[in-house]
Amino acid sequence: MSDCASCHDCGATPVLEIPSSDAASTRPVALVGPPNSGKTTLFNRLTGMRQKVANFPGVTVEQHTGIAELADGRAVPIIDLPGLYSLSPRSEDEQVAHDVLKGLRPDTPKPEAILLVLDSTNLSRHLMLAAPILALGVPTLIILNMADDLRNRGGRVDVEALAAKLGAPVALVSARQGEGIEQVFDFLAGAMAKPLARELPVLQDVPKCREWAGRVGSHARYHAPAPPKWTHRLDRVFLHPVAGPLVFLAVVVAVFQTIFTAAVPLMDGVRRLFEITGRWLTAALPDSLFRSLLVDGVWTGVGSVLVFLPQVLLLFLFIGILEDSGYLARAALIADRTMARAGLQGKSFIPLLSAYACAVPAILATRTIENKRDRFATILIAPFMTCSARLPVYTLVIAAFIPEHQMLGVLSTRAVALLGLYALGFVAAVATAKALKSSILKSGRTQFLLEMPSYRWPTWQSLGLRLLDRSKIFLWRAGTVILLVTVVLWTLAHLPLQGGHAPAIADSLAGRAGRLIEPFIKPLGFNWKIGIGLVTSLAARETIIGTLGAIYGMDPASHGVALQKAIQHDLTPGGALALLVFFAFAMQCISTIAVVRRETGGWKWPALQFAYMGALAWVGAFLAKSLIA
Amino acid sequence: MLQLNGNNDLIGDATLMDLRRGDAAVLQGIDLPKDEARRLMEVGFLPGARITAGLSAPGGDPRVFRVDGSEIALRRDTARRLKVRLERTPGTR
Repeated sequence: MSDCASCHDCGATPVLEIPSSDAASTRPVALVGPPNSGKTTLFNRLTGMRQKVANFPGVTVEQHTGIAELADGRAVPIIDLPGLYSLSPRSEDEQVAHDVLKGLRPDTPKPEAILLVLDSTNLSRHLMLAAPILALGVPTLIILNMADDLRNRGGRVDVEALAAKLGAPVALVSARQGEGIEQVFDFLAGAMAKPLARELPVLQDVPKCREWAGRVGSHARYHAPAPPKWTHRLDRVFLHPVAGPLVFLAVVVAVFQTIFTAAVPLMDGVRRLFEITGRWLTAALPDSLFRSLLVDGVWTGVGSVLVFLPQVLLLFLFIGILEDSGYLARAALIADRTMARAGLQGKSFIPLLSAYACAVPAILATRTIENKRDRFATILIAPFMTCSARLPVYTLVIAAFIPEHQMLGVLSTRAVALLGLYALGFVAAVATAKALKSSILKSGRTQFLLEMPSYRWPTWQSLGLRLLDRSKIFLWRAGTVILLVTVVLWTLAHLPLQGGHAPAIADSLAGRAGRLIEPFIKPLGFNWKIGIGLVTSLAARETIIGTLGAIYGMDPASHGVALQKAIQHDLTPGGALALLVFFAFAMQCISTIAVVRRETGGWKWPALQFAYMGALAWVGAFLAKSLIA
Repeated sequence: MLQLNGNNDLIGDATLMDLRRGDAAVLQGIDLPKDEARRLMEVGFLPGARITAGLSAPGGDPRVFRVDGSEIALRRDTARRLKVRLERTPGTR
């Protein structure tokens, strides 16, 4: 196998794969192509809803698998490999793709066949990838994608001549329009012969490969299309020295509006739905500990995750539109210089913006950053951005301690305090990014190479599948963890039983935990009640409000003024400020920890992040309290 | 066909940084470690390739370059490592 990959003229005689029906049916067909070749669109077209996304074990590369159903009812597993420019791996993504193609990964069987997706509007360059792929000696269909663009812009290619020259079948398709897709299904259904690879170039030599690709292209009478007129027109606006930044700003404002205005009624709706169904459950079930576990533990836990779903979906819709349309690359270009000051790069911008809603989707959105160090740095600072779960906490404490009056005529003191907390998180993020990028995540001179794809209309199918896929990860990762944590916290708050009933929260295990950590938080001005809140807020930051409500024996739904009064009683102004600072810095969110673990492929980074943010929160809160006292 | 007339049209020791929007140049060499140079070559920055400078982010960094049918944005730090021979056609900006 490996010999075959390195020699150039093997497979000169067609060797038919022995159709060992049973074994062959489990081996996947790999989808391979350079970035921006429309590979994912084709994958969606072939597999539709029958997709699964997971991580390759041990690495941070996402594994997209799906099932293509053939006309005769057979199901072919398809694996969508990360985009690659060549088969000489340098990034982790490329390494995984390389290993899968060569059958070197123990978790993935060597592909039975390859679908090589190339952009037909940029064929001469994209054909370079055909050389190493064909040299693998695996049955390959070469798919020239974006046939509609090629035609519309006056380009041409002789498919038969190209197939003859490459010794492998070639299909001209448009994955977006569905044009020519039947050829791909025919290939998957038919006998797949090994390529008759002839005169392939020396694979390590890029100029020779390019020369070869050019020769093959001209043999196939490839006529490159005219430059994309609309892309150039749009870029003259979107990258205009004045209009460009204005459009960029408009996009940022639109994202913010969506997160904080459009999503709010939806989130309230979800919250109310869970309150009503919770009450309904309470009424329907007999009074027991089991009911309490089900309603206060499980149901509330599920609700506390689902409440963020509208916001997360809207965010992913936004990111999807930006990415699929091609604007994301322009936004990254515009933001690059500013982000570079913090040691990051342009592609970090949108994920960090998303983190103002929730760190979980933000961390999932860092997938667009190819540079691993930049990606990790972005992941590590994202939880500093003021997420929406912090807002209820900020609002409560600010309302309890900061008297409302006007400053300079327009700004209220409370608004200023809130803005100050946003700024605090932002400053911490920038400082941390700088520290990381000049120490453990130092990447010397990061090579920033950003391909500007042509603008395209996003398709509903692609947007829909993306939303489905991302929300599945969000619900699964955040949901299972939160569910577990809420059940554990419920147990802590309801044990040990006293005469068959749950104890007062002060006497429960959670109360004991609060007392246990009291010595650590006393210097910050927090008593054990706040301590319990800090423990329970690990499930989601806003949980502290419900917990404090329970401790003070108040219905959290009507917390408003009464809860403010209770907090005023227990916290000094210094302690209140310390609490705000603590929440601005601490990584009080198990879902985020779980997602960081998934995305960084281990416990090392989330542990470091939790410890660092916790230490910063403690020191910051201590300083804040000392400042007031 | 490109006509080279006069010395000003052929400037040695220039880098991609010296290109203003609309300027074209032929790549002579890449002064970067092998791995980084290879990635650039894979996206089209091959010696002998014709590169046109395109639009840029505000402030001129990073800048988009048109090369081998693609548009690739490079930071100033990278662009200055790409040695080119300028073809400054008069009247083009």
